[in-house]
Amino acid sequence: MVYARLIAMRLLKAVIVLFLIIVFNFFLIQLAPGDPAAILAGEAGATDEAFLRQLREQFGLDQPLYVQLWHYVSGIATLDFGYSYRQQMPVLDLILERLPATLLLTGTAFVLSLALGIFAGSMAAARVKKISGSVIMALALVFYATPLFWVALMAVLLFSVYLDWLPAYGMFTVGAHYTGMAHILDVAKHLILPASTLALFFMAIYTRMTRASMLEASQQDYVKTARAKGLKDRVIQRRHILRNALLPIITLAGLQAGQMVGGAILTETVFAWPGIGRLMYEALMQRDYNLLLGIFFFSAALVIVFNIFTDLVYRLADPRIKEAS
Amino acid sequence: MKAPLACAVAACGLATLPAMADPQPGGVIDTIIQPEPPGLVLGMIQNAPTRTVAGNIYEGLLRYDTDLNPIPQLAESWEESDDGLTYTFHLRKGVTWHDGEPFTAEDVVFSADVFHRDLNPSARAVLQHVESIEATDDHTVVFTLKQPFGPFLLSFEAGTFTMVPKHIYEGTEFRDNEANNQPVGTGPFKFENWDRGTVIELVKNEDYYEEGLPYLDGVNWHIIPDGASRAVAYENGTVDVLPYGTVENFDVPRLAEMENTCMTQEGHEYFSPFAMLWMNNREGPTADKRFRQAVMYAMDREFARDVLWNGLGNVPLSAFGSNAKFQNEDLEPYDHDPEKARELLDEMGYDGEEVTLLPLPYGETWTRWAEAVKQNLSEVGINVRTEATDVGGWNQRLGEWDYDLAFTYLYQYGDPALGISRTYLSSNIEKGSPWNNVEGYENERVDELFNEAATAYPEAKREALYHEVQEILHEDVPVGWLLELGFPTIYRCNIKNLVTSGVGVNDGFKDAWIEK
Repeated sequence: MVYARLIAMRLLKAVIVLFLIIVFNFFLIQLAPGDPAAILAGEAGATDEAFLRQLREQFGLDQPLYVQLWHYVSGIATLDFGYSYRQQMPVLDLILERLPATLLLTGTAFVLSLALGIFAGSMAAARVKKISGSVIMALALVFYATPLFWVALMAVLLFSVYLDWLPAYGMFTVGAHYTGMAHILDVAKHLILPASTLALFFMAIYTRMTRASMLEASQQDYVKTARAKGLKDRVIQRRHILRNALLPIITLAGLQAGQMVGGAILTETVFAWPGIGRLMYEALMQRDYNLLLGIFFFSAALVIVFNIFTDLVYRLADPRIKEAS
Repeated sequence: MKAPLACAVAACGLATLPAMADPQPGGVIDTIIQPEPPGLVLGMIQNAPTRTVAGNIYEGLLRYDTDLNPIPQLAESWEESDDGLTYTFHLRKGVTWHDGEPFTAEDVVFSADVFHRDLNPSARAVLQHVESIEATDDHTVVFTLKQPFGPFLLSFEAGTFTMVPKHIYEGTEFRDNEANNQPVGTGPFKFENWDRGTVIELVKNEDYYEEGLPYLDGVNWHIIPDGASRAVAYENGTVDVLPYGTVENFDVPRLAEMENTCMTQEGHEYFSPFAMLWMNNREGPTADKRFRQAVMYAMDREFARDVLWNGLGNVPLSAFGSNAKFQNEDLEPYDHDPEKARELLDEMGYDGEEVTLLPLPYGETWTRWAEAVKQNLSEVGINVRTEATDVGGWNQRLGEWDYDLAFTYLYQYGDPALGISRTYLSSNIEKGSPWNNVEGYENERVDELFNEAATAYPEAKREALYHEVQEILHEDVPVGWLLELGFPTIYRCNIKNLVTSGVGVNDGFKDAWIEK
């Protein structure tokens, strides 16, 4: 009951926030120099007045701004996200076509970084004064500080060019037309490099945070009590320290999850992964307003959803929060 | 073949192919297209990547050899009347569209008179000279011109005058037609599949009308957004052909040295991209002719070609490139001469006023080139500030004439009336486009000469007019003439006949075959 009311309230707020985001984005985009008709004409390398006029009419750019805004907002209310000027397809189709690829990549990276990060962090926390703990932390620092694109390029050089173990780019082997299990394995093989590259950075953060948080929790009185009770060290680490240390990690995981739609531009570009991030970057360069707004909308919606979800998970991890509210 | 002219020209076109072993059929070529094209219906979209992929799906009436002589394609022969006003094309028989419908003269009339008039600015520029287009029978089309138009026969290339199927487009809203996702042409390859963001697959047209062609079973166009990844794709053997512009220039020497790797800069003759420096003729120091001449003397164009463009390309003498006709070779070249540049600046009393320079936002080479030019200009005392933009910003700045100096490059299309006069005609001054007379040059005599030369007949008359106009332009320097660009195509040497025409970058796979 409490949950239901809470979710309802949050959803109501979410709708308002989304509306504001749409309007804000709409005007923000108008501030960028250049318009899509001129860019399309520019790409063709030849143009005349008639051509530009045709394009602007077709896109509705010849109408006053408030009319365009009204068309856009009322369109979204009926789940019509408009038409991509450059790709010549409905925006919704384009986004839905690319969404699975991105979610596969970012989802894998999310699970990978969270699992490995927490694991490495707990290891490091349990081995504070040992060399193995320092090694883990040193690695985490390196991955945290290294730019993603460089890691990506080096990974390609090592694993694709020199060792030839993994494909360098793409989501599946072009021209092979695998089906069924062969296709799944093929995609999995292509997924390894981009997903690990993307996961490294967040894994480093989770590792550092888990360790710090666990060290802090291990100083608490209830840990001493547990020790005094004679519980095994492993049990204390898992049940008393880790669970209490999870809150900041959940916060961060919520943030990372919110970035799952638009957060992989660089990785998708370097590895030619056919996802939303690339679509968004290209749309920005092309001033493909409708497409860009559509992707913004989806990213914003996802962030809001995960914020709500994170709040719920807090309550599961720490019953005290439920009581407080 | 009816007309002896066509036969002679065709034979001459074929003779330029190197003699070699018999072609072996079979095999699929993996190559790259960069950036991903917005669509594949040529005629509706004319940007470079669409031309390059769809040039294998669609065809024009004519093709051009590397000397830009017309050779038969969908038209097997053609005749020109003695007054230069009537052109009769005899179409090849037995040609079918990819959906099995026959290709007839009606398709030609529809494409030219309806489809292109409505959608295609480059075709419109030619069509304004055309009085009427008629199909006299199923395989004959007659174009009647309002006045002679010298480059008329150069306008029938697939990318400019694409033949589109009447039975699919007639009476529909062209841009919204469902068939746009499944392009239907007459070309050697058929559209098979497009995984957006990953690959465009073309397969052999088994019913192609030219006996034995194409040799390849298909072409896969990989879509890889990152330049370094594209180079890797060639290095690790995933792709075998890197068309123009797919890798950064600084990667070219490394890739060209790889085993079994060949490089050519042919196949661009028709476009012959000409890099220029817009100089704003309206205001600021660039409004002074002496300043613009000084810029020409200050720039070390050979250095730019040798260092930034790997020695590919050609330093132009003046406004007419080497692949355009009627070049006036008697002009005094603007050599790299900083001393002369300083003298000119002193003479005009240049006070060190700052000028803005917009690099072309097309990648690293252009950024570096802008740095090199900035340094050249600083050496003679010109105070330059570079301003980086993205493509949208660049379009807008040029369209609104908000710049002093700016890089660009333009296609020459083999004839001054198609690709060169547009930069200098004062009737072409109009805000909102980065491709017209952006510099704002106005000269009545130049207008007269260009207009007269476009419709003068026969060719000899055009030559005299164009030579005179070049003299004026050479003196006035409305824009800076930087480089006729050479774009390399890098490929495995066992791929033969990859580039066989003056538009070879766009229709190359028709004749290509893989030596096993």
